[in-house]
Amino acid sequence: MPTPSSEVIVIGAGPNGLACATRLAQKGAKVTLLDALPMPGGGATPREFAPGFTTTLAHLTRGIDARVAKGMDLERYGLGFQTLQTTLLGPNPVTISRGKTASQDADFARLHDRLTQFARVLAPFRAIPAPTLGKGNDWLTLARLGLGIRALGKTEFRELLRMLLTNAADVAEDDLTDQRLQGYIAFEATLGAWAGPRSPNTLILLLNHLATGPDVLAPKGGMQAVAQAMTKAAEAAGVTIRQNARVTRIVTNGDTATGVELASGEALAGKTIVSTLHPGLTLRDLVGPRVLDAGLYTRAGHIHSRGGTARLTLALKSLPNIDNLENRLIIAPSVNAVENAFNPVKYGQIPDVPVLEVFFPTSLDPRPDGLHILTANVQFAPHMPVDGLDQARAQMLENTLRVLAAHIPDLRPLILHCELLMPQDVAALYGNPGGNWHHAELAVEQMLFLRPLRDLSQYRTPIEGLWLAGAGSHPGGGITGAAGWNAALAMEGAL
Amino acid sequence: MTLRFDLTPLLPTAFAARTEPLNRLMRFGPWAGYRTALCYGDTEMEYAAIRNTAMVYDLCPMTKYRITGVEAEDYLQRLTLRNVKKLPVDAVHYTAWVNDAGKVLDDGTLFRLGPQDFMICCQERHLPWLLDSAHGFDITVTDQTADLAGLSLQGPLAATILAKAGLDVAALKPFRLTRLPLGNGQVMISRTGFTGDLGYELWVTPDLALPLWDRLEQAGSVYGLRPAGNDALNLARIEAGFVIATVDFIPAHQALREDRARSPFELGLGWMVDFDKGPFTGRRALLRERETGSKWALVGLDIPGNVAAEGAILYHAKRHEVGHVTSAAWSPITKRSIAIAEISAKHAKGSDVWVEIYAERELHYAKLMLPVRVVERPFFNPARKRATPPERF
Repeated sequence: MPTPSSEVIVIGAGPNGLACATRLAQKGAKVTLLDALPMPGGGATPREFAPGFTTTLAHLTRGIDARVAKGMDLERYGLGFQTLQTTLLGPNPVTISRGKTASQDADFARLHDRLTQFARVLAPFRAIPAPTLGKGNDWLTLARLGLGIRALGKTEFRELLRMLLTNAADVAEDDLTDQRLQGYIAFEATLGAWAGPRSPNTLILLLNHLATGPDVLAPKGGMQAVAQAMTKAAEAAGVTIRQNARVTRIVTNGDTATGVELASGEALAGKTIVSTLHPGLTLRDLVGPRVLDAGLYTRAGHIHSRGGTARLTLALKSLPNIDNLENRLIIAPSVNAVENAFNPVKYGQIPDVPVLEVFFPTSLDPRPDGLHILTANVQFAPHMPVDGLDQARAQMLENTLRVLAAHIPDLRPLILHCELLMPQDVAALYGNPGGNWHHAELAVEQMLFLRPLRDLSQYRTPIEGLWLAGAGSHPGGGITGAAGWNAALAMEGAL
Repeated sequence: MTLRFDLTPLLPTAFAARTEPLNRLMRFGPWAGYRTALCYGDTEMEYAAIRNTAMVYDLCPMTKYRITGVEAEDYLQRLTLRNVKKLPVDAVHYTAWVNDAGKVLDDGTLFRLGPQDFMICCQERHLPWLLDSAHGFDITVTDQTADLAGLSLQGPLAATILAKAGLDVAALKPFRLTRLPLGNGQVMISRTGFTGDLGYELWVTPDLALPLWDRLEQAGSVYGLRPAGNDALNLARIEAGFVIATVDFIPAHQALREDRARSPFELGLGWMVDFDKGPFTGRRALLRERETGSKWALVGLDIPGNVAAEGAILYHAKRHEVGHVTSAAWSPITKRSIAIAEISAKHAKGSDVWVEIYAERELHYAKLMLPVRVVERPFFNPARKRATPPERF
């Protein structure tokens, strides 16, 4: 733990940066939190996408990490959530509530139950540093978690081992008969990933979603309420937050980080520097090759960071006339629909029929002017479109609106403004190269002790005093703050 | 399908037109994709030339990387172990480079041809590592292996023969280089070598290779100059105490077994490591090793008797394995059995260390268990190696 007099600089005021800074400040450190955007919150920070209309990059969550919510006392700062039901749009819509379909599909209930059980025993791994193959494990905790898994019983333990590294499509097709529900599993597993449901090891991504939280939640007051509550908690803990402070360099002296330089030219000294930015960007662009070993520098450039999700935001005159629009809506009618939407992305092309997660935030938190907003995560979008960004964006928007209009016939005339962010746009706005939600893709080869790289998996870097605490570190991103909190705990344990 | 090795033949070197007709045994071996002579006819005579007259040895397959650019010095500071700032223009130093874990990738000679112009000369191929290391540096790395022919001229009469050939290098000090006119071009001559004797390495563009050979042959005929193959050179280099990648150590990127890579400290190259020069790849790992100690050591051994201990295993108190011989020879010039051996660091002083040799005598093997003595390398270190100007004959 940094001693009370020490200066800690945390880079990036997203949920991980806010969580990490707060924890460190609560333990007595003098913490300055630097952020490039005009307001704190990262993926939860409001941004005007059209005159008078704001949105946030993340539109839904599976919940803040429980330790973060408690440690930052977020309830006290007004944060509350509403659990959403999910409706699968199509000729015969299905609504799913807490793992059950309205039609009581027994296969689905069984599969969902099983996956939820798996997620429950795996979830504690999110709240500890990833186990390592070397020294430094907390064997007592690991033994306890291992016993927890084994306590599933012989049959379920064997099923977990069988299923853990399979792909989502196989599981959906093995265990379900209803195409719509198969499509749902396929979509849910690959949401935010650069992978189709038939890509290897995609089931573990679904387990990770479920381990983050069993239900999809909408923060009361919109996603910016998360940013506001976390910001208040950080300030209450004594964190100094500075906006429009883009860090351009991490200053080192020998093997030790000694401060940062800002785009303005200002230099700030610090004994401990914590970066919640992309690990590759942190090491290659901010630290640079001169003080890093050539092998690490090279590998940091090979961290897979492909974003596959475009973000659509529409400003609407009024809500369209469809049922269930206060629910989370998914348009992914089958496994093949999801897989077909991913295929062209492998070649830098745009899918003809993308799959979508749609939400009307204003259906829960109405605007005073009575106008409305639609937000959608659109999959899949190429992170490096072969036709160039502008043409790809226009094509992606057109294809997306066509799919939306097919399910919401009266939508088009209601649109006042629209914005579609391709992964490259997300990268430019939020500073995550590649535009992936998790900075480093969540994929088996970049999870746990391999996240973001084997020698960076304990939040430490080879530069003394420089730590990683962002979505690129275990357990990944999403609006949870888990990685930032884990990093703060690791720093306490180490110093 | 039949395997047709003749479809991917070994390349001839720039000197092949001269070296191949001279090879009475047709004994060639592969070296980095080239065909090179292992022995021309009589290893003992070739070795004797190294120590008594002079020999030429075809160096063309040596891997040569040219590094140029305004940040070439910074780049090499980060890449290699020694302090490149201390290497003046027209000088050469022996250095090595390691990976992040501080394990040796290769050793080689670094030539400083100009303030921002360098050449690395080494045995193994390293272009991917050199290019990976180049990110963020304003430099160019070029593989010049095929663009530069190398010929080693080694032995007490080397300078005399060069003078006779019209190439006066009397003033050239060890580890310095000079350029002299040759035909329509020039020859770069460095006072370097792998024999531990007086010697020079001559570098020309391939079109000048044969004229250079012919000129030396003509000048050297009366001095007993002869070509030598790998076998003779290997004997000389063991006497000189030099190590070879893949023989005395496994380059870290080639090691399949995690525990086979070795640090410079473990190869007797610790003297190269300059911790004060600033950051370089492997520095943090080597600092840790300096704190915690090394596991292995590479030492020179003096072994009783006259049987070369090639491949022999070392024991402590005749019982516990503590290492093995990586290179060994009966040394004609020192008249003793010498070896380079890898030994566990705690036995590196050699107390109560024994070597087990299986000596073949007319189809019968005798098992010898002999006490070893750890000695300094080089085993043979004549004053003529360093004398400037060199003795004339």
